[in-house]
Amino acid sequence: MTKEKEEHREDPMQIDSNRVPTGSLLTDYLRIYYGKFFPYTDMFKWLAYGNDGKHPGCDSSYFGRREFSFTIKSDRDEIYLRFQSFFNASEMETSIKAKCPTKIDIGAVYTVDPAKRHAYAQSGFNPIERELVFDIDISDYDDVRYCCSGADTCLNCWPLMTIAIKVIDTALREDFGFSHILWVYSGRRGVHCWVCDSRARRLSKEQRSAIADYFHVYKGGENSLKKVTFSGPLHPFLARAYTDVLKNEFEKWVSTQKLFEHEERFHKILQLIPDESVVSELAEKWQGNSVRWEHLKHMLQSGSKKTQGLRRCIEEIVFSYTYPRLDIQVTKGMNHLLKAPFCVHPGTGRICIPIDPKKCEEFDPTSVPTVAQLIEELNANASIGADNYVEKTSLAASVHLFRTCFLEPLIKTCKDELENAYNTKIQQTKDSLNW
Amino acid sequence: MEIVRSQRRNGSDGSGSAASLPLYKSAPSIEFRLEEFGQYAIDRLRVLQAISDGLSRGKKPEEMENLVSEQWRANMKHQDADKTLRKDIISHFVLRLVYCREEEMRRWFLSMETALFRYRFRLQNAEAQKSIMNELQLQYNVLGNAEYETIKDKLTEAARSVNFTSNPETVFYKVPFEDVPELVASRRVFILKGFAFVPRNQVVSLVCTIFRSNISKALALTNRKWRAMIQDQEKDRIAPMVEALGNVYLGPDYSKPKDCAEISLKDINQLASTSFPLCMRHLFGKLREDHHLKHQGRMQLGLFLKGVGLKLEDALAFWRAEFSQKVGAERFDKEYAYSIRHNYGKEGKRTDYTPYSCQKIIMSTPSTGDHHGCPYRHFSEENLRAALNKMGVGGRAMDDIMDKVRNRHYQLACTLTFEATHGTSCETGINHPNQYFVESRKFFESKNKQSQPTA
Repeated sequence: MTKEKEEHREDPMQIDSNRVPTGSLLTDYLRIYYGKFFPYTDMFKWLAYGNDGKHPGCDSSYFGRREFSFTIKSDRDEIYLRFQSFFNASEMETSIKAKCPTKIDIGAVYTVDPAKRHAYAQSGFNPIERELVFDIDISDYDDVRYCCSGADTCLNCWPLMTIAIKVIDTALREDFGFSHILWVYSGRRGVHCWVCDSRARRLSKEQRSAIADYFHVYKGGENSLKKVTFSGPLHPFLARAYTDVLKNEFEKWVSTQKLFEHEERFHKILQLIPDESVVSELAEKWQGNSVRWEHLKHMLQSGSKKTQGLRRCIEEIVFSYTYPRLDIQVTKGMNHLLKAPFCVHPGTGRICIPIDPKKCEEFDPTSVPTVAQLIEELNANASIGADNYVEKTSLAASVHLFRTCFLEPLIKTCKDELENAYNTKIQQTKDSLNW
Repeated sequence: MEIVRSQRRNGSDGSGSAASLPLYKSAPSIEFRLEEFGQYAIDRLRVLQAISDGLSRGKKPEEMENLVSEQWRANMKHQDADKTLRKDIISHFVLRLVYCREEEMRRWFLSMETALFRYRFRLQNAEAQKSIMNELQLQYNVLGNAEYETIKDKLTEAARSVNFTSNPETVFYKVPFEDVPELVASRRVFILKGFAFVPRNQVVSLVCTIFRSNISKALALTNRKWRAMIQDQEKDRIAPMVEALGNVYLGPDYSKPKDCAEISLKDINQLASTSFPLCMRHLFGKLREDHHLKHQGRMQLGLFLKGVGLKLEDALAFWRAEFSQKVGAERFDKEYAYSIRHNYGKEGKRTDYTPYSCQKIIMSTPSTGDHHGCPYRHFSEENLRAALNKMGVGGRAMDDIMDKVRNRHYQLACTLTFEATHGTSCETGINHPNQYFVESRKFFESKNKQSQPTA
């Protein structure tokens, strides 16, 4: 790696934006990333939820009671620091720049400052607020995608994530009435969802569990063949998911994954049909036919077979392949730590940028900016004497999205809520003083 | 002839009137006698225990309804509805005192009382249910006609998905989804913009959540009050009864071994490996290994052996043989022999102590150096697996057992262990270590009989 010598500046790093940085190279990149790119003020504004000290009704201890955790990797080992907390944005910035964590996680807001938890009795240290979160990983769909497996993803199988975003986002807004929802690319193979309404932050473990179960449709461990079973007509939520999203997406999936062209692939589908006679009839007829899916649908829908369990078979097949597969434990826990947006994924170098749910079909995981790319752009901007270097990089669009689609509406709501709560309190005090 | 109409409330058995299902909001200022204190509590405890058994056996809601109805009739009901109500209230509050004192006890009591309430509520008629909801200040709005019209298709869709036919007459309540987590989790109701639309028949869930939350708070409060003052104030009167009630076990007490099922010392090793439940195997093994057991361990194992048929002289020989290897025969005679004789009722006030039931053993809390308690509760997963492996349990049975353990059904786990090691099923379930032993001996005896040549 040669360094270009510039005349009056410090040496900019010569980087290869196709290489994924590791070890000390990663640390160097992170130093620059945290130095110039990480949006501290925006993150603070988000997590303070209006408690920025400007309004008399603010709780100035709020931000400081949030737990963060840092993962710090050196060549030899990995250190994991929990219960980090910061009084304000500037403390957070100083700490992140000093420690250069490879990963930052966000935890819950506790009753007291997590760093001081030992000063209190065990019963005095509890999580009291936490966003409702979801974590979806494409590797959980390995049994239904044939283009990639494990941590890989491509434009053929990424639509599974798009489907998940659409189904869950709609349900969160329509069914549960939430509106401040942030979707974030996890950096490699999935997406995270942060529901930030105050109603969501105050949910108990039991209520989070209930919501997780509401979404839990794809069930069953390693040993069950059939993971989706519908015993009767579908609940409105499932019916909507099917009609608006899953049905058509499955048609596309059939074609991109060539589900009916390979025997082991369509065999899997046949295994989901609980009627031997149907299965053998189809298997026979399919020796050389390619309109199999139409044929299957026709057979199952015609109602000529009266077997119990066939009535919802098409839906079961469609849901088995496309319905969102959540990591339920992430949603149920109140103090589960989840990776912060705008982190750098150490495995890919990509930035964990927000995704606009209204345009999630357009999201391309293969073109998400990497830290190396950003630094290259920064250097290029610097060398042509542009100011506001960072604003002219690929990250600017993501920060803009974060602000306009999520942060600004959220802060407005928080300020309104603070204002109302404050006024109510003042009124109550006044009332109690009335003789 | 004049026909006088009796002024009875609706529901001849008191189940119709709302007042017959109390919410236990505040301690009653009823006067009652000390004898009623204990007896009423025990009767209610029978009902709660039966519910506990029923639930851990996975009985369906209809079966549970019947169970509750029967148990209530058998243990709590009185001809006079007022007397039933009185007993109901008194027994609840007494048990609240008994079960507020430990976390595990509070959890159990809360779950059982909520279950009892749930099934009793379901058995009430619509009038009664409505007035209970009023008492709970459920200000949930009945869904207005205008709004109903906009969502009625979805309401029907949701109802059909759970096999319920709603008609235009069905009353729906509009409640925040946070208040009905169970209904949301199982997708049994339609939700829109954060509200759940609950049909009248599902209102049970709503009501029970509130009931549960109220009792939970009350238990915490009672615990604080107990510790702060009542325990002290009442140490000569109620406190001893409360302690005793906390250890009540409602089955055969195994203090007198039946059918001359005496065992002799030379058989004891063999019996330990085939017929002792895990808790006693563990204690027995540790005793052999360390030649010592701490006090609670000696009590738990010693009383068990008594129940199993070990005579006093044999018991003394057994314990001496072990302990003298560590502390010497003289010290044994001086310090330990007395308490063994005490267990058999030969010293002091000569009470013939009864062997501990599973409930008592599960509730105990071993600490460092202790080996008593229930291994299904107190062992780490790793250690439990190892111990069960040594007993010959593996594969599918092991997974089932660990599953029960994770769900805190320790006695069911022990029952499954029995079934796995004996290759037979145990319908009654294990409630007492001596019961395990008796069942095991019965099984082996009948096996031996079968293998003997016929005359």
